[in-house]
Amino acid sequence: MEDTTTAASPGNVARRTFIKGVIAAGAAVSSASYLFRSATVVGQQASPGGPGSVERLITLNVNGQNRPVDVMKQETLAMTLRYKLGLTGTKLGCDRAECGACTVLIDEVPHYACSVLTHTVRGKKVVTIEGLAAADGTLHPVQQGVVEQQGFQCAFCMPGFVMATVGFLKTNPNPTRQELAHGVSGNLCRCQDYDKILTALSRGAELMRGA
Amino acid sequence: MAGTKLVGQDYTTPDLIAKVTGKAKYAEDFRAEGMLFAKLLLSPMPHARVVRIDTSAADAMPGVKAILTEKDLPGAQAGLTLGENVRATAITERGLTMEPLYEGEPILAVAAVDELTAAEAIERIVVEFEPLPFVVDPIESLKPGGPNARTTGNVWARPPATAAPQGRGNQAAAAAPTAAGSAPAAPGQGTAAPAAGSTPPETRAAAAPAPPAPPPPEVRELKWRTEDFAAAGDGQLPLGEATDGWTVGDLEAGFKAADLVLDETFVNQSTSHQPLETRSAMAYWQNGKLYLHGSTQSTVQTVSNVARWVGIKPEELVLISEYTGGGFGSKIPGAISMAIPALLSKKAGAPVMMRISREEEHYIGRARQGVHSRVKVGFRKDGRITALDLFVVGDNGPYDAQGDFRGVGDWVSLDYQPMAMRWRGVTVLTNTPPRTAQRAPGGLQANALMEPVLTKAAKKLNIDQVEIRRVNAPVGKALYGPPAGGKQRYVTSSFMKEALDKGAELFNWEERKARSGKRQGSKVRGAGVAISSFNAGSTGFDGLFVIKPDGRIQFQSGVGNHGTHSMFDVHRVAAEMLDVPWEKCDVVFGDTGKHLPWTCVSAGSQTTHAMTRAAHAAATDAIQKLQEIASKTLGGSPERYRVEGERVVGGGRSMTLAQAAQKAIALGGKYDGHEVPADVNAFTKQSAAALAGQGLLAVAKDSYKRDGNSVSHVAAFAEVEVDVETGQLTILEATAVSDVGTVMNPRSLQGQTFGGLMLGIGHAIGQRWVYDQHYGVPLAKRFHYNKPPTLLDKPMEMKFAALNIPDPETPVGARGIGEAPVGAGAGAILNAIAAAVGDEVFRRMPVTPDVILAALEAGKPAHEPLTTHI
Repeated sequence: MEDTTTAASPGNVARRTFIKGVIAAGAAVSSASYLFRSATVVGQQASPGGPGSVERLITLNVNGQNRPVDVMKQETLAMTLRYKLGLTGTKLGCDRAECGACTVLIDEVPHYACSVLTHTVRGKKVVTIEGLAAADGTLHPVQQGVVEQQGFQCAFCMPGFVMATVGFLKTNPNPTRQELAHGVSGNLCRCQDYDKILTALSRGAELMRGA
Repeated sequence: MAGTKLVGQDYTTPDLIAKVTGKAKYAEDFRAEGMLFAKLLLSPMPHARVVRIDTSAADAMPGVKAILTEKDLPGAQAGLTLGENVRATAITERGLTMEPLYEGEPILAVAAVDELTAAEAIERIVVEFEPLPFVVDPIESLKPGGPNARTTGNVWARPPATAAPQGRGNQAAAAAPTAAGSAPAAPGQGTAAPAAGSTPPETRAAAAPAPPAPPPPEVRELKWRTEDFAAAGDGQLPLGEATDGWTVGDLEAGFKAADLVLDETFVNQSTSHQPLETRSAMAYWQNGKLYLHGSTQSTVQTVSNVARWVGIKPEELVLISEYTGGGFGSKIPGAISMAIPALLSKKAGAPVMMRISREEEHYIGRARQGVHSRVKVGFRKDGRITALDLFVVGDNGPYDAQGDFRGVGDWVSLDYQPMAMRWRGVTVLTNTPPRTAQRAPGGLQANALMEPVLTKAAKKLNIDQVEIRRVNAPVGKALYGPPAGGKQRYVTSSFMKEALDKGAELFNWEERKARSGKRQGSKVRGAGVAISSFNAGSTGFDGLFVIKPDGRIQFQSGVGNHGTHSMFDVHRVAAEMLDVPWEKCDVVFGDTGKHLPWTCVSAGSQTTHAMTRAAHAAATDAIQKLQEIASKTLGGSPERYRVEGERVVGGGRSMTLAQAAQKAIALGGKYDGHEVPADVNAFTKQSAAALAGQGLLAVAKDSYKRDGNSVSHVAAFAEVEVDVETGQLTILEATAVSDVGTVMNPRSLQGQTFGGLMLGIGHAIGQRWVYDQHYGVPLAKRFHYNKPPTLLDKPMEMKFAALNIPDPETPVGARGIGEAPVGAGAGAILNAIAAAVGDEVFRRMPVTPDVILAALEAGKPAHEPLTTHI
C-alpha cells in the first residue's frame, strides 16, 4: 500500500524534532547493561510466592562439587560463576552470545554462560576451565595441546575456545582441521591467531584420542 | 648476536599455564572487600551541551555511594601522550564531559553497592541537554555551509599567521615536521613515550638542523568551495584546501615522463579496535596510594598518564595489569576511563569496579581513523612510478589531531618509492567515537589505497603483478617521508624484493596466476599480491635484572602482557649471552609495585627491537661485573674470564653464578645495585634501589647507535574464490613472508604475522561502522553487526616464511612484526578480488558480497562513492 502521509500531517511529526523535543524537556537516559544484585534495594523486594518467584538459595554442581549459592532469578550463569563462586576463568567478552569467551560445558554440551540463566542448570553438571585439569595439576589433553603449540596470544578467548573444543570432541572425536574450525567457529579471537589456535586445538584432539 | 640455544627457537612462554587453566587474572577478575560497582551515563546525542543535571532521586537511593561528574576531574591534561605521537591539547578528552561530542560519550558515573542499583540510579538521574550541530562524515563537514563537529570549528590546523600552508601545493608545509605533536620528547626519557606511529620522535629529534618549534595546532573552520566539489569527477574526492602538505622531487617532470597516469579515489572505513577484553578497571586507595587494576598495553608507561588523569603524583599509584585481553593500539597508555573508578573510589571511600560492556566499549574503546584518499600516479612502461600526487582527508573523531592521514603519505612513499611525490592532507573533526592508533595506523590505509592502483597499472602495462612491486620496492636504506630539514629519513634495511621472490615461490604464484580469473560454474578464482611496511622498533630504554644468590636470573619487565610473547622473548637474549638455561630464569611483570625498569610502550611494534637492545646492554653489564668479581675473588685480570655454563671461567679457575651473586652482595656498590649508571631513567633508578642487595644487579641503558628507522616489511599473496551469483567470498590461501631481521621466536613470529594479515583481511572483507547520518547515531555497535573475522573467514591454507636477515643497526638484529603485515593482508585480498571479478568492482573497503553483486550487475562500482560509515 502506498504511504500517502505527508510530512505536514499531525500523525507524522519528524522523528528528529520529536527526539529533540523530548530531550530538551529533560528525559532520563537509559544505560542498562550487566545487571545483578546481591541485596534487595529500592522497590525490587523479593515477593515470596508471587508470580514468577523462584527459590533463591540453590545448589549447583560445578566442576564436580556441589556449591550452595544465593541466586537471583534473572542472574546468568556467567555472573554466578564469576561473582559468586570465584571462578573467573570464564570470561565475559560481550555478554550477548556473540563472542563465546564465556563458553562452559553443561552436561557435556558447550553453552554461552552469559546467555544461560543460573536457575536452569539446577540438577545439571557444569564444567568450567578451572575444572578441566586433574587435581594433581595434570592438564586436560586439549590444554596440553595449547601448551605444546603455544596457541593463543592475549588468551582472553582461550577458556571459551578450550571448553568449546572439549565439548565438540565429545561428539566428534576425530575431526578434520576444517571440521574442527566449524565446530568452534562460535568463538571469536581478536588477536586473530586462528591458524595457530587451530593447530593447538588439533593437537589437543590428537592427544585426546591417544589418552 | 651469535646465539642459537634460545634466540630463534620455539619455547613455551612462562604465563601459558596460568592462561590455559583459567588462573590468569585480567582486570575484571580481581575482587576487593566492600567493592562497589560503577555505571556510566552516556550521551544519547552526537553533540550537545548539558544544561542541567538532577541527581536528587539517585542520591536518595540507599545503595548509591557516590556520583562523579566532570567537575570532579582534574583540568584538561595537555601534553599527555595519546599514542602515535599524538599529544593532548587544552581541549583534550577528560573522561566525563558536560559537552558530549559523540553519541555514547560518558556524562557522569555512579558507584553503588551493586551494579543493578548503579544502573537504576542512572535511570533516575535527569539530564537536560541542549542539542548542538553535529556531523559524522568529514566530507559533509567540508561542504560549503556544512556543520562543524565542535563549536570552534571542524579541522585541526596550525594558526595561519605563522606557518600554516593554506593553498594547495604550498611548499612551506614541508618545513613542518610533524602533524599535531608538540615538541618531541627525548626518546626513552621523561614521561613522554615514543609510541606507535609513522614518525618516531627519535627521527624528529635527529633531523638537523632542527626547525623552530611550530605553533601548536588549533581547531578552526575550513570549508571547501562549491567549485572544488564541481571539479571532482564522478566518484572522485574533491581537491579542496589542505591544511598541511609536503613535496619531494619534481612532480611535474615526473608526470611528463610517465607513460600511464591513473587517478583513483579510495575510501578506508573507521574501525573499532574491539579488544576481546573491554577496558574494565577496579580501583581502591590504601595508605594514600591508588591501587588500580586495569587493562593496558604498557605497564610502566601507563603510570604517568593515569596519575595525570586522576590528579595524583606518579609515585602515588600502583598499577596492576598482569594480563591484558588485547589492545591493538586502543590501550597503549591505558585508558582515560581508568580515572573514573579511581576517583569514585576516593569519593565513596571503598573499592570500585567499573565493568565496561561491549556496547560501551564501542563508544569509548577507540577506533582507527578512516580516510578518504585520492592519488594520481604516473607509471613508466616498466611499471616504475615516476610521480605520485596524494590527497588524504582524515576522519579525526572529536578530539586531538590524529596522525593516520599523515601516515598514509609516509608509508606510500616508503613502499612504492615514487621518484617524485606530493602529499597534502586535512584531518576533519567528526562527532564519532575518539580515534587513536590501531595496528599499522596510516599504514593499512596506505596499502589499501595503493595496492589496487598498482594492480590496475600492471594490467594496463602488461607487467606481472610481482614484477611491478619489485620495480618500485624499497631497497636497503630506502628513503621515505617528508623532507624534514631538507632531508628525507630512511630505514635501517629493507629486503622487500627478496620477500616478494620468496613469497612467489612459496605461493606458487605462476601457477595460481595462470588460473586467475577463470570461471568454473558460478565460481571464479583470483590471485593477488601486496606489500606493506611499518615501524618496528625504538631505542634508548633500560634493561634490569638480578642474578640471585641461588643462581637463578630474575628479569624485570615493564612492557604490558597482551600476548605478543615478545615481552618474554627479549629476555632470552640476556639468558643466551649469560649461557643460563631458560628454566632458571624468571620474569617479573605486570605490577609497578614490583620494581620494573623504564621500558618502551608495548605498541608500535617496538618491544622486540627496543627491549632486545636493552637486554643486550644489561647482559653486557652483567658479564663485565661477573668478570670483575671473578678477578677480585680468583685473581688475574677481568679479561681472562668468560661466562659459560652458569659459571665464570678463566685460567683454569671458575666460580658459579650463584657464588658470584653472593660475592656481589658482599661487595655492594655497583655490583648489587647500590650504585647505578647516571644515564638510566629515573624510573629505573628507583626500581634498582628497591632491588639493591638481592644479588648481582645488571642495569644499563640502550645507548647503541642506530643509523635509520627500524621498519619491518611483509609481502603477502592470496587466492580467493568468488561466487558471482551470490557474491560470497572464500579465501583459499594466504602466504606471507616477513623481513623482520633476526627471528627471535619462529612460532610466535608466524602467529603475529598471520594475526596482522587477518586484521587487514577483516578490513577488506567485512568490518565497518554504520551511521544514521541524519541523527548522527551509530547502528553497528556490537560484534554481531561489526564482526571481526571468525575461524570460517580465515584462509583455508596459510603459509609463512621469514627471511631471517639480521638488521644491521641493532646488536641482536631483531625488529618487531605486529603491524607490518596488516596492509599486505588487506591489499592481497583486494587484489585477489580484482583478479577474480575485475578492477571496476570496489573503490572502498570493506568489499562485501552486496558490493560485489551490485558492481557486477552495474558493470562499475555501484556503492556510494564518498559517503562514510555505510
